[in-house]
Parts: sequence; C-alpha cells; structure tokens
Amino acid sequence: MTIEIKTATLEPIRHTFEHTRRRFGDKPASRYQEASYDIAPENNFHYRPMWQPDKLLNDTSRTAVVMEDWYAYRDPRQYYYGTYVQARAKLQEVTESNYAFFDKRGLAGRMSEEIREKIIRCLIPLRHMELGANMNNVLCTAYGTSTVVTQAFLYNGMDRLGIAQYLSRIGLLLDGNSGEALAQAKEHWMTDSAWQGLRRYTENTLVIEDWFEVFIAQDVVLDTLVYDLMYRQFDQTITEQGGSDLAMLIEFMQEWHKDNSRWVDATLKTTVAESEHNRELIRGWVADWQEKAVADLAPLAEIAVGEDAVSASVEVLNKRLAKAGL
Amino acid sequence: MSNRKLNLKDKYRLLTRDLEWEYSYRDYEEIFKQESFEGIKITDWSKWEDPFRLTMDSYWKYQAEKEKKLYAIFDAFAQNNGQQNVTDARYVNAIKLFLTGVSPLEYQAYNGFAHVGRQFGGVGARVACQMQSLDELRHVQTQIHAMSHYNKHFDGFQEFPHMHDRVWYLSVPKSFFDDARSAGPFEFMVAIGFSFEYVLTNLLFVPFMSGAAYNGDMATVTFGFSAQSDEARHMTLGLEIIKFMLEQHEDNVPIVQRWINKWLWRGYRVLTLVAMMMDYMLPNKVMSWQESFEVYFEEAATSLFKDLARYGIEMPAYAATAIEEKEHLSHQAWSIFYNYGHAAAFHTWMPTDQEMDWLSEKYPNTFDKYYRPRYEKWREMEEAGERYYNPTLPMLCQTCQIPMGFTDMENPTLTSYRQSEYDGERYNFCSDGCKDIFDHEPEKYVQSWLPVHQIYQGNCGGAEMEDVLGEYYRINLGVDNLDFHGSPDEERWNAWHNLQPAEDKLKEAS
Ligand SMILES: [Fe+2]
Ligand SMILES: [Fe+2]
Ligand SMILES: [Zn+2]
Repeated sequence: MTIEIKTATLEPIRHTFEHTRRRFGDKPASRYQEASYDIAPENNFHYRPMWQPDKLLNDTSRTAVVMEDWYAYRDPRQYYYGTYVQARAKLQEVTESNYAFFDKRGLAGRMSEEIREKIIRCLIPLRHMELGANMNNVLCTAYGTSTVVTQAFLYNGMDRLGIAQYLSRIGLLLDGNSGEALAQAKEHWMTDSAWQGLRRYTENTLVIEDWFEVFIAQDVVLDTLVYDLMYRQFDQTITEQGGSDLAMLIEFMQEWHKDNSRWVDATLKTTVAESEHNRELIRGWVADWQEKAVADLAPLAEIAVGEDAVSASVEVLNKRLAKAGL
Repeated sequence: MSNRKLNLKDKYRLLTRDLEWEYSYRDYEEIFKQESFEGIKITDWSKWEDPFRLTMDSYWKYQAEKEKKLYAIFDAFAQNNGQQNVTDARYVNAIKLFLTGVSPLEYQAYNGFAHVGRQFGGVGARVACQMQSLDELRHVQTQIHAMSHYNKHFDGFQEFPHMHDRVWYLSVPKSFFDDARSAGPFEFMVAIGFSFEYVLTNLLFVPFMSGAAYNGDMATVTFGFSAQSDEARHMTLGLEIIKFMLEQHEDNVPIVQRWINKWLWRGYRVLTLVAMMMDYMLPNKVMSWQESFEVYFEEAATSLFKDLARYGIEMPAYAATAIEEKEHLSHQAWSIFYNYGHAAAFHTWMPTDQEMDWLSEKYPNTFDKYYRPRYEKWREMEEAGERYYNPTLPMLCQTCQIPMGFTDMENPTLTSYRQSEYDGERYNFCSDGCKDIFDHEPEKYVQSWLPVHQIYQGNCGGAEMEDVLGEYYRINLGVDNLDFHGSPDEERWNAWHNLQPAEDKLKEAS
C-alpha cells in the first residue's frame, strides 16, 4: 500500500534559466547544472587589471590551451559547493574516528622507533608539497575560465590544504603533540638531499604562468607519481615492516585521490579531445614535467620504498595518460 | 607517551602557518609577483593575526551541516510552491534585482578572493582569503538555487548572467566589482574585504534578507540565515587586513586612507539600488533607508573610525555628502527607474496611498515637498492611460555609472553635475566623490564601459531601442518590464489567489 498526498500543482512558465535551457534543453536542470554553467562574467569588462594590463579581467588567453566552449567540461562527481562539502564531510568523519582510535589505543607507541623515524622522514614533509599544491590549484581557480572548470580547482586546492593538515596531525600523533616531528620533517624538506628534488620541483611549479600548464605539472604529473609512490607503495613498505597502523591515517588521502582522479582524467580527456593543438601542447608539457619529476623524485623514492619505485609509478602515470588520449 | 593538549592558536600554527617554508630554488618575488606594486610595505607576514582559526576538517563539517538544512528548506519551498506565500507579487521584483545585480557580485568575490588567496605572501592571509573565495562560491550557487523556483513562476530571472554583463543599471554593481578586481591585491582587500564586507554589509546584504523575512520569502531568508556565520568570518578578515597593513608600516597609512575614501564612496553609490528597494519595492517595509543608514552607517562607522584613529585613519571623505543625501536618495533613484521602466528587467509602479503616507511619515522634510507632487502627477497620467516613460537616454556618471539624476542637496531641484578634462576629452560626474576618484586615476576610469555611450556607438545590437532592449539585453519586452500593473506576473498572482485586478474592480464598482 502506498499513501498519496495531494498537493496543488502549478504549471511553471519555464523549467530552468535561459542559459541552462539553451545548453541542456527545455526541461528542469539539475542543481549542478544551474550552479555551474554559464554564470561567469564574460563580456564588457570595465577596466584592465593593473596587475596584468595586457589582459582582460576574465581572459581566456591566460592559457595556451584553446577551447571553443569552456563549458564543454563536466565534473563526473557533479560537485557544486553543497555536494562538495557534503562528500568531504563524510570522508572527514571516517578520518576523525580513525585518528581518534589511533590516539586512544596509543598506536603510536606500538610503532618501532625505526618506523616512526621513517614516517617522519619520508611522509610528513609532504605537507609542504601539499601547500604548494594548494597554491597551484587556487591559481587555476583565479585565472582559469568557466565555473565548471574553476570550481573544481578550488575544491582541489582546499582539499590539499586539508591533506597538509592531516599530514601535520600524523606528525603530532607521532610526537605526542610536541611539534618535534613537524620540526624534524621540515628540516628534511629544507635540507635533506632526498627531498631537495621535490622541493625544487614544487618551487618551480609556483612560477608557471599558464594555468593549464600548472594543472599538468601538479595535478596530472606530480600527483599521479607522488600519490602512487607514497600512498600505495610506501604504505605497503611500511606495512611489510610492521607499521600497518599507518594505513588508517592515510585512508583519507587514498580515498581523496581516487575521487579527485575522476575529475582530473575527465578534464584532461576533454581538453585533449578538443584539438590537435591542445594534444600537442599538453604532450609537450607532460614530457617536460615528467622528465623533471622522475629525476626529482628518485632520491625520495629510493629511501622511502626502494630502487624501482619510481618506474612503477611512471607506469601508473603512463596508463593514465594513455586513457586520456595522450 | 603523554599527549600534551594543544590550544587553538598553537594547533592552527602547527597545522597551517607552519606549512610555509623559505624558498631557495626560486625567489619570493617570482612567486608573489603582485605584492609590491601598489606601494604597500609589508615587513613581516608572521605578524598576521588569523581572524578565524578554522582547519579544513571543521570547515567541511560545519558547512555541510548548514548546506543540508538549507537544501531541505529549498526542497520544501519548491514542493509547497512557497512563492505563493510572499506578501505580494511586487515583492518578487526585489529579488530579481538581487539575482541580476548582487548574486553576480558574489561570483566576482569568488574570483577576486581566489586571486588574492594566491597572491599574498603570508600563508595565514592566503588561506583566510581562499576560504572566503569558497564561501562566496557558496553564496552565488545557493542564491541561484534559492531563486531557481521563482524563475519557474515569475519573469525577469531567466537571463541573469547575460544581463549582468550588459544592462545599463547593472553596470553600476558590475563596474564596482570590476574596479576592485582590477586593482592590486591590497586595494582589493580594502575595497571588498573592509569597505564592502565590513562597513557596508549591513546596508546591502541585510536589507535584502530582512526584506525577505518581512515578506514571506522563505527561500531567500533561509539562505540569509545560513550565510550569516560566513559573513561574520568575512567581516573579521576585512578588519584584520586593515589593521595588519596599518601596523606593518606608517607609509601605508595615507594609501589606505585614500582607498577607504574611494571605496566607501564607490560602495555607497552602489547602495542606491538598495535604498530604493527598501523604500519602494518591499510591500512590507522593514525600515526606511534613512533609518537603516543612520544605524548602520552613521552610528556604526563613527565608532569604527574612532577606533581606527589610533592608526591615523580618519572618517572617510564624502561621508558628509552621503549623510546629506539620506532623505533624498531612494526617491530620486525610484524616480529614475520609474522613468526608465521600459528599459529595466523588472517591474516598476507608483506607491499606493498607504505607501505614500508611510513615505511622508518617514521623510517628513522631503517627501511631501519634493516627491509626492511628482508621483501624484505620474499617477494621474497612468490613470489617464498615459503611463509616463522617458524616451531619451540619460547621461551617466563616468565613475559610478548611475544616470545623472542626483540633485544638489542645498537645492534639490538642480541636478548635481561635475566635470573633468583628460587628454582632450570631457567627462561627467554625479558628485565630488566620483570626480575625485576619476581625477586620481583617469587612465583607469576613461576605460569605463558606459552603457549609454555603447548604445550610441552601436555596440549594443543596433540603433533602435527595441534591438538594444530585446536582443542585446534579452529583456522580454512588455513581459519582464513596464509597469507591474498589467504585467503577466500580476495576472498569474491574481489567478493563484483568486484576486481581481484593481482595474476590473474599479470598473465593476462604477
Ligand atoms: Fe557573499
Ligand atoms: Fe561575504
Ligand atoms: Zn557618480
């Protein structure tokens, strides 16, 4: 049996806004569509930016990538603000209970000194790289074109800040909130020869001007390699060495990377499929940054996992690029 | 191992501030290219006091809870056709003005805060700006969703982003934000973070939300409540940036003072739209523009600037002019819109007798003397079937882009008018404030995309007004615009409520 409540129906005079109707047809549009398509200013900008007088305020020429329609993209996760924060809130709830469990059971004390040292040396310094990733993704929000593109960059940027904060909390779990682990990890980031490649790479990405190149250097090339190296291979290594409790502290990063990769792949694919010009351009950027990344990551990969670690991650990257049509 | 408890400040320092490092493979200036060109001197970013110490995990958690509640109300609103419960269909024009004029500014704020959220050299300031960028994205998207259902039952919402980029009066808010975003990062923060979000928000955002509460608009008022805690964060950020700049170097003081003068005047001019909304567009009035101006500007700003005096900051220039205008502003603005009701994307109307009496009571010095006679004449014309529309195009102020309709306050029958010459051309202004802003940066303001000039130059779809309004602006002529009386909005509203149009009632009675 079902019960049926009668409500007064009123015939609407239109189903959605005109710009969403033009794009998706005369039917009710989804909340993702109404929040994401054709809402950015495009015309009649009043003044040239004093910080870049040769461009308009929202200028499509801030990248060499050319798209006939910058709204050709679609985030497979359909994140607008509301769905984004709700997805992250769920993920953080799980994380919070993992961290609380780790803390309450004193699992840090169960780790050997050696494992602890290894985590502090090989994993925690990544919090600085994540801050760089935060800045890079926010740059793409600020200078990119179309809401459907720029909003996803902001979500990514804020996620990276969140991850940097979780990495810091792992440090605090390991050092009993003294902050010593974080200080040590920063020392590694600044002076340890194993980390100088990655720090150089990060600083180099912070001066790239073309926002789409930033996306390639950071989200496509570096993230694919680093996340495979650290959150898959390093996780395994530590588990084998008796530090399996680390797994519950990095679940957020693993889940997040899966989620974020869906959007990265879709964005890459749409751009490459647009034109030969885009494909060649991106191919060039990928080659450039991949070469740098492999060299810069090698010393860290070696101490964190072992000799063949980087080439294993490169394989993952290549598969991913092939899927996107590169 | 005994775990020490961390206080909030230490925790935030370790989790956020300490993520920063000193660059050695690249120069600081390469990474933060925009930090010095405005002449602001920052000697030590570590002195930045974080205005709210929110880490991302709590941000996601709190904001997700708020969103969940908000969307539950939106769903219920749509399901129950809550648009039928507003006081009167005239009210809906206030939120048309909001969606076309204000929501796109939320979008611009999202852009602008992302920009400074990348450009500032201090991680504390960057992260605070990034969070505001994300909040502003929230605001524009939730506003679109709040209005989405109205759009299905009223005319005038359907082309809001297209209109914002083109329509004459929307160039007032658009140029304001374009102005801020095209400035350097520090000026942007004085313009938006401080002047707009801190000093003026109670005069802009709050009247719309209170208007919604007073007029039965569940969707909008719920959004307003939901955004309140975001706005509280934005206000503390606005104040912190000012204090930080002033404390960093004494050379910053005169620069900041000039920006405060400029941006409070610029922002106040945008509020003209709010003033008329409050006094004319709300069937159920919250308070008069004058009352709101006295509480939220005169009183609040006076105490704020007393507080800032210790840094050498004075009351903004032109505050006296704004105060002088408070008894006239809304009436002059509504007159302009009534005159150009065929060129607006919402409906206009003459106040009812009862509303005129309210205006007389609220504006005893000015309404009966200057405005009531004018309105009575227009009403007579309307009753005679000759509703007045002004067929000419107005001259616009080069800075604020409002039609030159403001009068001299000493003599409210004379239009106030200022001029400057630059590079052999003459430029017109509505006020000293607007003229001074131009004179200080003429190379910027000669670029203004002035809607009326653009029409004359043939850049807006043709020489005929019908082409401009219909094709270029995409106003549905006779549907979205003209007088509320006789509009399809009115007709539908009457049908929902089994009401007769006023005219029919009159006919029947006679
Ligand atoms: Fe906002
Ligand atoms: Fe705000
Ligand atoms: Zn002006």
